[in-house]
Formats: sequence, C-alpha cells, structure tokens
Amino acid sequence: MSTPDMTKPVAGGVEPMVRAENVHKSFGAAHILKGIDLEVAPREVCCLIGPSGSGKSTFLRCINHLEQINAGRLWVDGDLVGYRQRGDRLHELRDREVAAKRRDIGMVFQRFNLFPHMTAIENVMEGPVQVRRESKAVARERAAALLDRVGLADKAGSYPSQLSGGQQQRVAIARALAMEPKLMLFDEPTSALDPELVGDVLDVMRGLAEDGMTMIVVTHEMGFAREVGDALVFMDDGMVVESGHPREVLGNPQHERTRAFLSKVL
Amino acid sequence: MSDTEAGRTPEGTAGPSQAAPASPYEAIRAIPVRHYGRWVAAVVVVVLLGWLAYGFSQGKIIWSTVGDKLFDHTVLTGVWHTVLISVCAMAMGLVLGVLFAVMRLSRNPVTGAVSWLYIWFFRGTPVYVQLLMWFNLSLIFHTINLGPIYKNDTVAVMTPFVAALLGLGLNEGAYMAEIVRAGIQSVDEGQTEASHALGMTGAQTMRRIVLPQAMRVIIPPTGNEFINMLKTSSLVSVVQYSELLRATSDIGISSNAIMEMYFVASIWYLVLTSVFSVGQFYLERRYARGSLRSLPLTPWQKVRANLTTLRRPKVA
Ligand SMILES: Nc1ncnc2c1ncn2[C@@H]1O[C@H](COP(=O)(O)OP(=O)(O)OP(=O)(O)O)[C@@H](O)[C@H]1O
Ligand SMILES: [Mg+2]
Repeated sequence: MSTPDMTKPVAGGVEPMVRAENVHKSFGAAHILKGIDLEVAPREVCCLIGPSGSGKSTFLRCINHLEQINAGRLWVDGDLVGYRQRGDRLHELRDREVAAKRRDIGMVFQRFNLFPHMTAIENVMEGPVQVRRESKAVARERAAALLDRVGLADKAGSYPSQLSGGQQQRVAIARALAMEPKLMLFDEPTSALDPELVGDVLDVMRGLAEDGMTMIVVTHEMGFAREVGDALVFMDDGMVVESGHPREVLGNPQHERTRAFLSKVL
Repeated sequence: MSDTEAGRTPEGTAGPSQAAPASPYEAIRAIPVRHYGRWVAAVVVVVLLGWLAYGFSQGKIIWSTVGDKLFDHTVLTGVWHTVLISVCAMAMGLVLGVLFAVMRLSRNPVTGAVSWLYIWFFRGTPVYVQLLMWFNLSLIFHTINLGPIYKNDTVAVMTPFVAALLGLGLNEGAYMAEIVRAGIQSVDEGQTEASHALGMTGAQTMRRIVLPQAMRVIIPPTGNEFINMLKTSSLVSVVQYSELLRATSDIGISSNAIMEMYFVASIWYLVLTSVFSVGQFYLERRYARGSLRSLPLTPWQKVRANLTTLRRPKVA
C-alpha cells in the first residue's frame, strides 16, 4: 500500500474487496481455473455455485493464497495476493508475509477442520493469542463473546469430538471471526451437515451478512443465496458462466449450462 | 442410577423411584455350556509350571544370593546408570528425531538430503559398531578442536558415558526421525490449512497444531523404543560404562555366582520396563485428549469406580 500504484483497480469510486482478473490455475497438466473475472464490493455477499469439479474451492483457496495462481491478477482490499509489485515486476512474498496477509481473511471449511486437541474456546483463542499476540485473558473474553454470538456459550469447554457437526461448524465460524477479518470465505459450510443442523449455521451466516461482513460463499443452499446473497456467480469448468442478482440468475438464467445445472439442484 | 438398580432386580421390585414399572418377566435359567477344554488346558499348565519350578529348585542355584545381591550397592548403582543412560539417550533421540523429521519433510532440498543421509547411516549400521567407533575415536583424532570455542584431548572427552550417549542417542535419533515423520504425516492436511488460514506461520503450525496431534501416533512406538532402549543399553558395557548388566556380571564372576547375578539383572530389567510401561499408559492418556469422547479410566479410577458400585446398594 505504501507505493501508489496506477494499476490498482478502482471501480466506481469504491475499491472492491476482492477483484479477480483473468485468474488461471493449473495443477500440473490439469487446467482448473480458466480465466476468472470477478468483483466483490465491501459488505457484499457473493454466492458461488456450480457443478462439482468446476473449481469453486480452488478459486476460494487462491483468494487467501492456499494455492498460488499461475496467471492473471487477484487483489484483496487493494493488495495483490501472494505477490508484491515493484515497477512492472512481480516478487513472490515470503511465507511470513503471506501468513500476515491471511490474518485479514477468515475461512470456513466444508469439513470444519477444528483443532481436535483443543476445546472450543481454545480453538477460538488460538489465532488471537498466537498470531495477534493478544493476552490470554483478553482473548478468552473475546472468544467467550464470540461463542455466545454463535449460540454456543455453554460449549466453551467441549472438545470438537464432543460437538455435533453443526456446533463444530459454528465454532469454526467463531474461530475465523476472532481474527476480526475484513473478508470471510465459506466453502460449502453446510454440505457435511445433517439437514436439521443446516439452519443453525445459516442463521449465524445471515447474522454476519446483516452486520455488513463481506462474504464469498460457495454453497448449494439456493434458499440462502436468494435471501441473503447480493450477487450470485455460476461457475462451470473453471469459468464464470453467468453472474448477477440472485433472483435474476435463479429466476431467469440466460445460459443453457446454468439452466441445466439449476434444473438439477432446484 | 435407577436403571442400574432396575437391572439388578429384574422382577420389577425396584425402589419407588422407578417411574413406569417394566412389564414383569422371568429371567432365563439355562444350563451354561461346559468348557471342558479350559479345564484340561489349566491342568496342563499347572503341571508344566510345577515341573519347571521343581527343575529350578534342583538346579545348582543359590537363591539366597539372588535375594542378597538384589539391593547390593553396586547393583543399585548399575540400575541407576542404566536408567540414566537410557533416559539421556532417549531424550537425545527424541530431539534429533523431531529435528530430522521436520528437516526431511521441509521443502528445502538441502535439509532433506542431510536428514536422509543421517537416517541412512545411523539406522543402517549396528549400534554395537557405532558404540565401538565412538569409544575408539581417539585412534584417529587425538584432539577435538572446535576452533576458538573448544579444544581438548579426545580421550578426556570420550568418557564411557559420553561414548555410550553418542552411540545410543544418535542411533535412536534415526529411528525416532522415522517415527516422528510418520506421526506428522498422519495429521490431516485440513489442519495445516485451517492453521494457515488463521495466519499462523509454518513453524507455529508445526508447534501448535501438527506436532501435538502427531503425538498420539508417535507415543506408542516411542514407548516401545524406550523399553527397547532400557534393554539395548546393556550393550554399552562394551565401552566400559558400568550399567546394570556390567555391574551384575562383574559381581557374578568375582563371587562365582554367574547365573544368580543374571537373575538379579533380569529382575531389575523387568522392574524397569514395567514401571515405564505404566508411565506410557498415562502419557498416551494425556495426548488422547479431544480424540476420544471419554478418556480410558486409570487403574486407580477403575478401583474407585468398582468400590462405589459395590457400596451403592448398601447406601440405597
Ligand atoms: N491439489 C490438487 N491437485 C490436483 N488437482 C486438484 C487439486 N485440487 C483440486 N484439483 C482438481 O481441481 C478440480 C476442481 O476442484 P475444486 O475442489 O475446486 O472443485 P469444486 O468446484 O470445489 O467441486 P466440489 O463442488 O465437488 O467441491 C477437480 O477436478 C480437482 O480434481
Ligand atoms: Mg469444493
């Protein structure tokens, strides 16, 4: 941010929280992302849908640099992801610098990935204490408040194995929120859950959206996308096929592939 | 608790606490299967044991010597030395094991190659040979010269303890490196990702997230390694370190009680390995936190639980 950069994207006066420009990603010979263009404004909830294998998870993982992109540009809050630009040269960031950037991006996984050797509250405290160097007392207090916010105040001392899937996922959301991120990424947060547990998790996410959190949500919950989403993006085969307001995309899809996909999931 | 009581009195005569009385039923009274094979096996075993005991009682063993020498001062020093060298060598092996496992798994090709070489050499040659080589190092290097830091005669540095520690510790490190590597690789990749997503660095992730979880996989084979170490340490008598085996066999030779002293040694080895097996149980229990819904009871807790269930009917 220190050096003013003319290539930095500015759209309509508001700097987008996430901006992808022709993003490509390959694993060896397999070309997975084939030129993704996307913009997510601050406070926007962007839902990402598409068939299995279309590259939704891969794209999310690129946003917080769990995967490195092969071509194109990706900005989060005006900062290039994974690289530093000096003149017209790109320099790879060091592991430590990448780690620092990830602090501001929360991620919630399909399989929760809670730390099984820590209690719920220790899971939530881990980031603030280890990464932000908060004192344990402060972190514990904030963690307790966050657990309360996701409706799990009474489960602070439970280990993940003692929690239901829905409870684990809510702890995972609290853990991500503890870092006070400016962007939250959700990768199919409810698809490993029993149907009756999905609602609790979606309620928490709805609350986050109301509080103005910028969110990118990969989901198969079309109801959630319609109600909470500000934008809906349909991906297929590593490309964005169609995007727009959820009601329009869902109600009046323009592309054959979108129609075919929606007819299967709706 | 009311359901356990109800279970004990199937005729439905349980206390008034029972809300809805179960429909009356009659417990089945059947003649249990007779296991004749078990009786035959038991008789055979008793006969064989008696035969063995008789044989030993007739052998030329002076059992009183075994009893007398069990707590002999020299023997006790040997026991202490065995524990000392085993614990020190194991600690060294653990540290080296973690270090070389992490090096082996790192993306740095240099550390990976170094680690591979270390494991290749120290696992590929007998520990007996390694002990002898450390002990005789002065044959090729008269002095140990670490530039401005340290300089001394090799003979003075390479005491029996140091030679034993280097021999056992470096060898153990090679085995531990493989055990630790297996442990690290057993941790789900999602854990590393979640940790990275929080903004933790690679080192933090290893220390806070991966290694504590790898411990569950690492501890059981490490316990075996340690018990092996207690026994393998008997080899270091070759470098003149007076541990248990050397202490007992020296006495055995001088007092002409060779077998008696081997019995003394065996008794002490059994005591040591038993004590450390108990320690292993508690260590495994500690690192099972979070992976089991309820921890296994310690023997002491089991006794207490049994006592309370025995007492309960009287109380009720
Ligand atoms: N690390 C990897 N190495 C090789 N191929 C990979 C890797 N990660 C993902 N892929 C491949 O990339 C493709 C897209 O995977 P991705 O997980 O992004 O799909 P998705 O849209 O999230 O699908 P789903 O809805 O099933 O989660 C798949 O064909 C997958 O096999
Ligand atoms: Mg996916």
